[in-house]
Amino acid sequence: MILRAQGLGRKYGRRRALADCTLDIPAGHVTGLVGPNGAGKSTLLNLAAGMLTPTEGIIEVCGGRPGSGTEQLAKVGFVAQETPTYAGLTVAEHLHLGAQLNPGWDNALAYERITRLGLDPAQKAGKLSGGQRAQLALTIGIAKRPRLLLLDEPVAALDPLARREFMQDLMESVAEHGLSVVLSSHLVADLERVCDHLIVLMDSRVRISGEFDELLATHFRLTGPRRDVDTLPRNQQVLSVSHTDRQTTLLVHTSEPILDPAWSVSPVTIEDLVLAYMSRPQTRPALEVLR
Amino acid sequence: MIWLTWRQFRLPAAAVAAIVVTLAIVLVIIQLPSAADAQSLFDQITDLDYSLYYAGLIVLYAIPPIIGIFWGAPLITRELETGTYRLVWNQTVTRGRWLAVKLGTAGLVAVTVGGLAGLVVSWWAGPIDTATLTTPNSSFGARMEPVVFAARGIVPIGYSAFAFVLGVTVGILVRRTVAAMAVTLVAYIAVQLIVPVAVRPYIVPPDQQTVAITEENITMIGINESGRVERLGVENQPGSWLLSNETVDPAGNPIKLGEAVALAECSVTLPNQAGPPPGPPTACFAKLTSLGYRQELTYQPASRFWGLQALELAVYLALTALLTWLSFRLIRRRLS
Repeated sequence: MILRAQGLGRKYGRRRALADCTLDIPAGHVTGLVGPNGAGKSTLLNLAAGMLTPTEGIIEVCGGRPGSGTEQLAKVGFVAQETPTYAGLTVAEHLHLGAQLNPGWDNALAYERITRLGLDPAQKAGKLSGGQRAQLALTIGIAKRPRLLLLDEPVAALDPLARREFMQDLMESVAEHGLSVVLSSHLVADLERVCDHLIVLMDSRVRISGEFDELLATHFRLTGPRRDVDTLPRNQQVLSVSHTDRQTTLLVHTSEPILDPAWSVSPVTIEDLVLAYMSRPQTRPALEVLR
Repeated sequence: MIWLTWRQFRLPAAAVAAIVVTLAIVLVIIQLPSAADAQSLFDQITDLDYSLYYAGLIVLYAIPPIIGIFWGAPLITRELETGTYRLVWNQTVTRGRWLAVKLGTAGLVAVTVGGLAGLVVSWWAGPIDTATLTTPNSSFGARMEPVVFAARGIVPIGYSAFAFVLGVTVGILVRRTVAAMAVTLVAYIAVQLIVPVAVRPYIVPPDQQTVAITEENITMIGINESGRVERLGVENQPGSWLLSNETVDPAGNPIKLGEAVALAECSVTLPNQAGPPPGPPTACFAKLTSLGYRQELTYQPASRFWGLQALELAVYLALTALLTWLSFRLIRRRLS
């Protein structure tokens, strides 16, 4: 496991930003962290990077306590929200900064990346566009050669084309260097193409966490004649319901096959699934249901 | 880390260093005239020398708060405001080391700049300071007196170090550069006022001397509206820092002359507006002495200059150490 959390929570004064978060993220995945603004995505990533300390529960990243020392810092790369860079420093100076501050720095990789991305080394970071700045911050994160790279809304400031390029480039780097990635976004579309593991956060709680394939294999859309939801078998958990005069459409989660011939069963997309979890009022911890 | 610190710090460092270097060059070129004795030195001093003397005072008063405001306050706050702390804290450097290098590098420069400025000005004004040890002068205070004391010797080192760390700590607490600058300035001025009033005079028990009141040693006579002598002042030791100068009764208790002693000798006829002030009531002094009244002087003698300098430096360095400890604690605990 590259990241494990047990009953993890964080309060700011009396406000809960994250509560009762239990997660296991296996190594070698690109994990998407989805949820609306204010759901606790940034808090979770900041806790994982050691920028914040938990107020309850425990979190372990790459086998250590986040931010506990240089050894731990070397293992985790974090590109914070709004991809902060020093406005007065040039691109080359940022890379020099990375080289000075990271023993495992891969200078060849850093320069190869910025050359490929067309960043002028002499340009001040303050004069870069949002996309270029994000790329610079990502370059520093990747060239540090961490085992886990955490990206907090890396594409939020980018236009659709730049988003696609950023994600594509990230995927290439991930494939090349075999690192694990956790990245957050409030848009599922950003993540769908690149992730193979998904966490949905809502109202500071984890709604669902699992691998894409597994999620797609256990969630179905059922369409059939109008009927009452209560009559469904116990092992089918209803995520969303919509009725027309004659028809009922359900989104259900189940690990058992659907046997009722009245239903026509169709697969769901990740976006459907995320939207269903995000719009569903919470009744009981979804995680336990999934296992 | 040192590279990054220096890269961020070099402009403000150069600006303040330029002021000190300019002052040092000017002072080396334009030295005070050499004179055989104090009076001939005072006679030879030009308007330019006079201006330089006060320029030295101003620079030494200004440098510590400038260091606190423009080096200390933004050191951490600007990283917090622009979010760059989230970039640098995620490199392979712990926050503690990050702060240590930033504080160490800029703090060392602050101490060097403050110390150099103090030494250059003390060296240049040396002849005047020596002269005021024996010959009081209305334009130049003795170096023991608060106004000059703070701009001489080794205390500017302590002021600079303290102001710098004060700025850093306030910055971490306030988290906004402009607000941190204002709070730093106010807090620094407060400490600079409290120390000479409440700490420096008493850190070593002051000396006391009781002298007879004579026409020769009298320097000040205060007369109230009804023509009674109310307060008297006598000459103090040249070069010392006078803390109080008051009349005491035979038992040694301070008294209010105008109320406690109603002597005919100590009343004078007040002149009308155009007339000259009355001369010293010589008979009053003789009568007071015969009744056992004397004048008590409380002062720090000139010989304690370096001792008090060292003690004050120690006080400021202790405050610096305390704030440094606090800033490390805040960086580790509060911002997480």
